[in-house]
Amino acid sequence: MLSYVARRCLYMIPTLFGISVVAFAIIQLPPGDYLTTLVSRLENQGESVDRAQLESLRERYGLGDPLASQYVTWMSSILFHGDFGQSFEYSRPVADLVADRLPLTVVLAVTTLLTTWLLAFPIGLYSAVRQYSPGDYLATIVGFLGLAIPNFMIALLLMYLGQTVFGMSVGGLFSPEFEDAAWNLGKVIDLLGHLWVPVLVLATAGTAGLIRVLRANLLDELHRPYVVAARARGMPERKLLVRYPLRAALNPFVSTVGYVLPALVSGEVVVAQVLSLPTTGPLLLNALRSQDMYLASSVILIVSVLTVIGTLLSDVLLAWLDPRVRLDQG
Amino acid sequence: MPPDLTTAPAAPRPAAPDHAPLLEIEGLKTHVDTPEGIVRAVDGAGFSVPRGKIVCLVGESGCGKSMTARSVLGLVEPPSRIVEGAIRWHRDGGESVDLAALDPRGEAMRAVRGREIAMVFQEPMAALSALHTIGDQVIEAIRLHLPLSREEAEERAVRLLTRVGIPRAAERLRSYSFQLSGGMCQRVMIAIALACDPALLIADEPTTALDVTTQARILDLLGDLQADTGMSVLFITHDLGVVAEIADEVVVMYLGTVVEHGPVDDIFHHPQHPYTRALLGSVPRLGTGPRQRLDTIRGTVPHPSERPEGCPFHPRCDVAVAGVCDRGEGPVEVALGASRGVRCVHAGAEGSAS
Repeated sequence: MLSYVARRCLYMIPTLFGISVVAFAIIQLPPGDYLTTLVSRLENQGESVDRAQLESLRERYGLGDPLASQYVTWMSSILFHGDFGQSFEYSRPVADLVADRLPLTVVLAVTTLLTTWLLAFPIGLYSAVRQYSPGDYLATIVGFLGLAIPNFMIALLLMYLGQTVFGMSVGGLFSPEFEDAAWNLGKVIDLLGHLWVPVLVLATAGTAGLIRVLRANLLDELHRPYVVAARARGMPERKLLVRYPLRAALNPFVSTVGYVLPALVSGEVVVAQVLSLPTTGPLLLNALRSQDMYLASSVILIVSVLTVIGTLLSDVLLAWLDPRVRLDQG
Repeated sequence: MPPDLTTAPAAPRPAAPDHAPLLEIEGLKTHVDTPEGIVRAVDGAGFSVPRGKIVCLVGESGCGKSMTARSVLGLVEPPSRIVEGAIRWHRDGGESVDLAALDPRGEAMRAVRGREIAMVFQEPMAALSALHTIGDQVIEAIRLHLPLSREEAEERAVRLLTRVGIPRAAERLRSYSFQLSGGMCQRVMIAIALACDPALLIADEPTTALDVTTQARILDLLGDLQADTGMSVLFITHDLGVVAEIADEVVVMYLGTVVEHGPVDDIFHHPQHPYTRALLGSVPRLGTGPRQRLDTIRGTVPHPSERPEGCPFHPRCDVAVAGVCDRGEGPVEVALGASRGVRCVHAGAEGSAS
């Protein structure tokens, strides 16, 4: 098991390197370099450019150097100083901007994941064990509706209902009075009060998909010879179900861990925009639209790293669950 | 190990005399509902398994032999169901129960499964869960029916695995099925089946998925175990070589019915039913000369949903009598001695059909 985890960690290194190269390439994509963009932007706004400041920036990012050494400068300032560069759009260090939004993104992602599991697990189980029962048909219909309706539609609908029926503001993650407040119990409660809307919206599609996956997997497993063999041993049905087929059908659940973050960041930008969530999704979208290269590449870099870590976690969990993964060293 | 069932009990039991069979199947019908209609997989099969004997149930694929075996333990799942018939299980104490009438999910059936009747399956690898260790599964089988602690059950598991010929059994408890060969997996399945000293072991083609040398070893093992424990074995196979090796009695099935049954020597040397004769004629023999063609049975097995009227074998039978064999319910069983029976209009007229 330990050697498996160690091997998986080793595999991460080339992946992470590849990701950083792609992120760096994004910085290099716009014509000119960071400074030409900065200068033209400042001039557009009618501001004068301070030569000395330009020089110091050129020094900081090593802009005159060859690409390889620029890459090294950029990476080492991230790795050793936590310096991700400067955002034009916000005129603030990228690290600060991301630090504002990343924790909430992770909270949202984890809550969504847990909600997805909590909903999909019992429904999928019921659907498979009572195949073609009215309950199964209901779950199937709701599931396909959940898959078919775009999330932003659900978001808009919930906002509308929240506003007209319940008279509450459903956008964002905080009420206005807590927006800039320091963290305290009230703010946490306020966050929880707002969190359920995006979580519900984001969880619908995932839940619907996972119900179908669990149902199909379980239906496959339910009639496998090892289930019949365990039944022939005289095992009670309920115990049998939990111990054998359900255990085997758990794998897709675990595998989803690694995909939640990228889905939340890239796939759910629209929802985040509609609900004006303070997550990294809209930040990335704006950065890409305004060619805010350091911000865009940093967000991509961080989210990719989180994804790789999430995949590692799900792999380790899978190995713990399934001896075939753990022991098949080939 | 369990009490030796082959020796006569000390006191005679009037309700279950020694010669009474352990299992009696009568007029069993197990049907499968398909979109094309009802498939009569088992269609009025009947035979019995005596105490302490190995009975081989033979027939081509699709003749309903596996379905019959599964019906005994209530393991037929929708869309299949037992429609009719009785499966009488005669316990040692003289008590009898009709397994066909039990709720397949009920407590009474559970008490029989694994405890009184155990089953070994065709594909040993698939019949073991790859997510659980061998030990988990053997110990589970023991503790489902016997009031043993985890440690006691583990000791018993080691003894069982050793008995079925698994080397370093204590270490193997922590192995997974995918780390063992098919033959080893089948030995584990046999150990699981023997976990609670069953009175009857149903072996559903236990050697079909194994290579030939492994097959022979598993057959030897089953024969030894039967001799040691005195349990009865219902052995399902399509391989007449296997039958010749281990059977005490043979039951021949065709299209869901039993066409002939009797002691193994009688069946092999004096087959009465044309189907049994044809089946035996299709076995390759040493010493028949290089140019000798194998006999085949004319035609093919009809699809179970197109079961012919009358005797199910008449369209392929060389001695079928028009107007007799092709109508009605088919011939009734003619008893030829205490444990011999055949369902053919020619029955009893020795040699008339050859």
